[in-house]
Order: sequence, then structure tokens, then C-alpha cells
Amino acid sequence: MTLTAPPAAPPAESQRSPSRRPVRPLRILLHVFLVLVALGWLVPLALAVYASLRPYEETARLGYFSLPEHLTLDYYGEAWSQAELPRYYLNTLIIVIPGVLITLFMASFTAFAIARLRIPGRKTLLIVFTAGNLLPPQVLITPLYTLYTLIPLPAWLSDSQSLYDSYLGLILIHVAFQFGFCVFVMANFMRTIPEEISEAALVDGAGVWKRYWRLTLPLCRPVLAALSTLQFTWMYNDFLWALVLMSSGDKLPVTSALNNLRGQFFTDYNLLAAGSVLVALPTLIVFQLLHKQFVAGLTLGSTKG
Amino acid sequence: MAVKTRRYSGRDVTVLVIGLGVAVIVNVGLIWGPTLASIGLSATDWGGIGPIEWVGGQNYHDLAAEYPPFWSAIRNNVLWLGFLGLIATPFGLFCAVLLDRRLRLSRFYQSALYMPVVLSLAVVGFIAQLVYSSDYGVLNAVTGLTVDWLGDSSINIWVVMVAAAWRHVGYVMIIYLAGLKAVDPALKEAAAIDGANERQAFFRVVFPTLRPINVIVLVITVIEALRAFDIVYAINKGRNGLELLSVLVTENIVGEASRIGFGSAIAVVLLVISLGFIVTYLSQLFREEGR
Repeated sequence: MTLTAPPAAPPAESQRSPSRRPVRPLRILLHVFLVLVALGWLVPLALAVYASLRPYEETARLGYFSLPEHLTLDYYGEAWSQAELPRYYLNTLIIVIPGVLITLFMASFTAFAIARLRIPGRKTLLIVFTAGNLLPPQVLITPLYTLYTLIPLPAWLSDSQSLYDSYLGLILIHVAFQFGFCVFVMANFMRTIPEEISEAALVDGAGVWKRYWRLTLPLCRPVLAALSTLQFTWMYNDFLWALVLMSSGDKLPVTSALNNLRGQFFTDYNLLAAGSVLVALPTLIVFQLLHKQFVAGLTLGSTKG
Repeated sequence: MAVKTRRYSGRDVTVLVIGLGVAVIVNVGLIWGPTLASIGLSATDWGGIGPIEWVGGQNYHDLAAEYPPFWSAIRNNVLWLGFLGLIATPFGLFCAVLLDRRLRLSRFYQSALYMPVVLSLAVVGFIAQLVYSSDYGVLNAVTGLTVDWLGDSSINIWVVMVAAAWRHVGYVMIIYLAGLKAVDPALKEAAAIDGANERQAFFRVVFPTLRPINVIVLVITVIEALRAFDIVYAINKGRNGLELLSVLVTENIVGEASRIGFGSAIAVVLLVISLGFIVTYLSQLFREEGR
């Protein structure tokens, strides 16, 4: 606890611009500590990027932590074409886009019904949905796996003619699993919308659907934006569901397909590094572009209202 | 709050029944139904095909008595929980407290800390290999050691927990930061006027107001610890020192030997542990809401 700075400065001082504040040793210590932590957090990422830019032969000889003799983008090209990354990205999009949309649509209506209407058992519903989201996936995975092999699908939806090993199956489990979290967050948010808006509409004779779709949903834009970035990240990063509920290698989402870059007899870690960087890129871009929404999403539900 | 309860029209009822009905069917059919089925299957010796035979508590007995990975997994899950809860989470809180004051470069520090949160644990597992690998990893290159960090079953769990904490700290930090920003500054001022130093002000005044956030962070920590899977699976499929309950369940159903009944018994152990926390959390949550 040596890093706790002295008590709050008197007002006169804090009004001055930070640059003219006297340099205090504790403040320097604080910055040194934070710089070290930030480096500790960034170095592994930088290392992956660095490894992906160097030939395997060179790192095998000198180790990953050495000065480069050559830098090359070849591994990116190789990961892109040889590992067929475009196809896996496409698989991910086929799963994640409907996944996010359906989850938000279902969750927003359910949250609306729970938060804004007086339906019997709404509290129980909310508890059941929220608790479902907290279960570890492995608790339900065994019967789910069996269930998926038993549910028939027409051949145009799934080559295996069952829910197992189909895009639809993955979309469904994402929806089912993530939906509880979204209901919880949205119901909390909707409670903060003034009751009067709905009342006015009621007097005008608006039905349930109209009050949900036309009145409530447009007010939920910030929550929807935050939840969609978060859900995109979570579904994109999924590894387990695809591992258990898919068997055809060519249908895998990109995160699970990363394993395909491991050779059977020998693994080129530099190639794998390039693959990892490419796989991580979309979420990092979303994070940078939608920084505010992302943070809002992470902290949703932690501060009420 | 005296909104007159109006009768719903026929169309309203249809919309509600369809909307909520689909939600309930999906949730019960794919989440709670299978969860209950796990409990049922755990008392059978089903192998995925063929007849289901009832064996009562046999699987649980075998689990405890004849399946060494089970106890390693229990130990590792407990370690994981302890490590995240006692080291990573407090560290995240500490960083949040430091970053809560007006600092130059605060945004940079924050971004650096929670950048790993957006990465998948599979990618984190891979990056861990670059750092820890025995012959070409950075750690050995820098320190001159020749330790097989990931292969030595007596230390690899610690190393992997550090990698998991790398991601967890940023998550906790950002949640606490949001909470700290919401604390009324007047509280801190009042404490300062009363002569409290910064540490006393934090522990006696600020920290107690963070209670709802503490509960959320606790739940996230527990759930993350019980769900941990991807990272060890990406490293060595959760073997040789990296056993976790979640991995054992998956191994028993997708492996060559499909032991569904046995795998379910492990899942039920996981369920019982999680339900304890889930029930505590929810009752806390809804009690507060009722106020």
C-alpha cells in the first residue's frame, strides 16, 4: 500500500493545470507502477505479432526473444490462404450475426413483458432466465449433444440431417445461453424508462406489440448497442460449443479453426501466431471502434439505472 | 404507480403467448431440460447408444474412488477460484483505485489492461505458449532458466492461472472503475474533512458503498473459475496437470470412449457447486430489488 498518494490536494492546487503541479515522488512511483503493469499486459500481445513476422527457421535458431534478421508478412498470406481463413470467417459470420440479432430481439421482447407489463410469474421467469445464463455450459452439454443428434433437420439446412453439426444448432445454443443475460440487463434498463410514456400510448389504444416495437425499443438504443458489441465478442470467441456440437472441420467458426493450423507432426508457431493475430483482429477492431459501447456493455448491470 | 390494469385484447394475448412462449421453450428446451437430464443420466451407465441401464450412485462412487483425474480437477478448480478471487480480483480493484484519480495517460493504462478481455481464451492459451514454451519461450530466454513451464505437471497450473488472470484483471478493473466513478465525491470529501487518510477513506467509506459491485465481481469470478476450459484445452487438452472439471466432462463425451453417464456425474458435481453460488447471488439480487 506504499502507492497510495497523499490525501486530496487542497482546492487551490487541484485547479491548476496538471503540468504545473509539483512533481511528487509518490506520483512518479504511481506512474512507474502503471507503466510496468501496462507493459506486462501488452508485451504478450506484441510478442504474438512479432513472432508472426519472422521466419520459423530464424526463431527456431535464436528463440522468440531475439533481434530479427528478416521480417516478413508471408505467414499472414499463408494463414489466410493455406488455412482457408476466409471460409472460417464466413462461418463465424453465418453463426454470429443471426445469433446476436435473434438474441437481442427475443431478449428485448421478454424484458419488455417482464419489466413493463403485469403478467403473472414474471419474477420467476426472470430468475429462471438469469440463472440459466450462469450455469457452466458443461453441465448441460451431454444431453444437449444427444438431443442435437436426435432432432431431425431437412437436408438443405444441415448435411447431417440433424441439429448436430449444423449452423442452426450453434445459433440456437448461443441464443438460448446468452439470452438470460440480455433479458436481465434490458429489464433493468426498461424499468428506468418513465411509466408515463406507456400510459399515454395506452390511452391512445396502442397494443402490446406497438408499445414494445414503436415506443420502448427505440429508447433502448444505447443498451442495444452495448449488448450487441458484447454479444458479438462473446459469440465470436466461442470455442466450446463448436467443439462439441460440430464435427465437420469446414463448418467450424474461426476461433475453433485455429487448432487446424497446428500440424499433425510439427507445429509452425509463427504461422499459428499469424493465425491468432488474424483471429483476434475483428474483436480488437470492434473494441477500438466501439470502445464506449464495449465498456458500457461490460459494466451494464453492475451499476444500476 | 397506480397504473390501471387494462384487459389485453385478443391480439395482445397472442403476441405475448408467442413471444414469451418461444423464449421459454428455447430456454427450457436447450438449457434447463438438458441440465435436468444430466442429473438423470448421471445415475446410468449409458454410452450414447444402446439401452440405458440404471446404476444408481455407482458413477459417483467410481468418480471419487477410481478416477484420479477427478481429484486433480477438483483441486485445480479450487486453486483457480482461489487465485482469481484472492490475487487477480484484488489486483484489478487496486488498479481501478489507482486509475480512478485524474491521471495523465489514464486512458492508455485502461486500454492496455482490458485489451485481453476481448481476446478469446483459445488465443490467450496460444499466446501463453509463446511466453512459456520451454525451448523457445520468452520467459526462459529472458531469465536463462530451462523450466518446462507448461509441461511440468507440478507447476503448469500456476502458469496457466497467471495467463487466465491476465484476462480477468482487466475485466474486474473496468467494472470497479465504473463503480468508483458512481461514488458520490461528497463522501470522500467528508471523510477527508474528518481526518481520514486515503486508505481509511477507501476501506471505511468508499469500499462499503461498492457492495453491489462486489457481489457482481464475486459472481463473475466464481463463474469464470468454474467455466474455465478453453485456455487449458488450447494448451494441452487439459491433461497432465491441467485437469479441470469442465474438461473431464467434455473428454468423457466427445472422446473415443463415450461415457455419457459418467461424464454426467462430473457435470452434476459442477452443477451443485455452481448452484450454490447462483442461488446466493440471485436471492441477494432480488432481495435488493424488492426494497
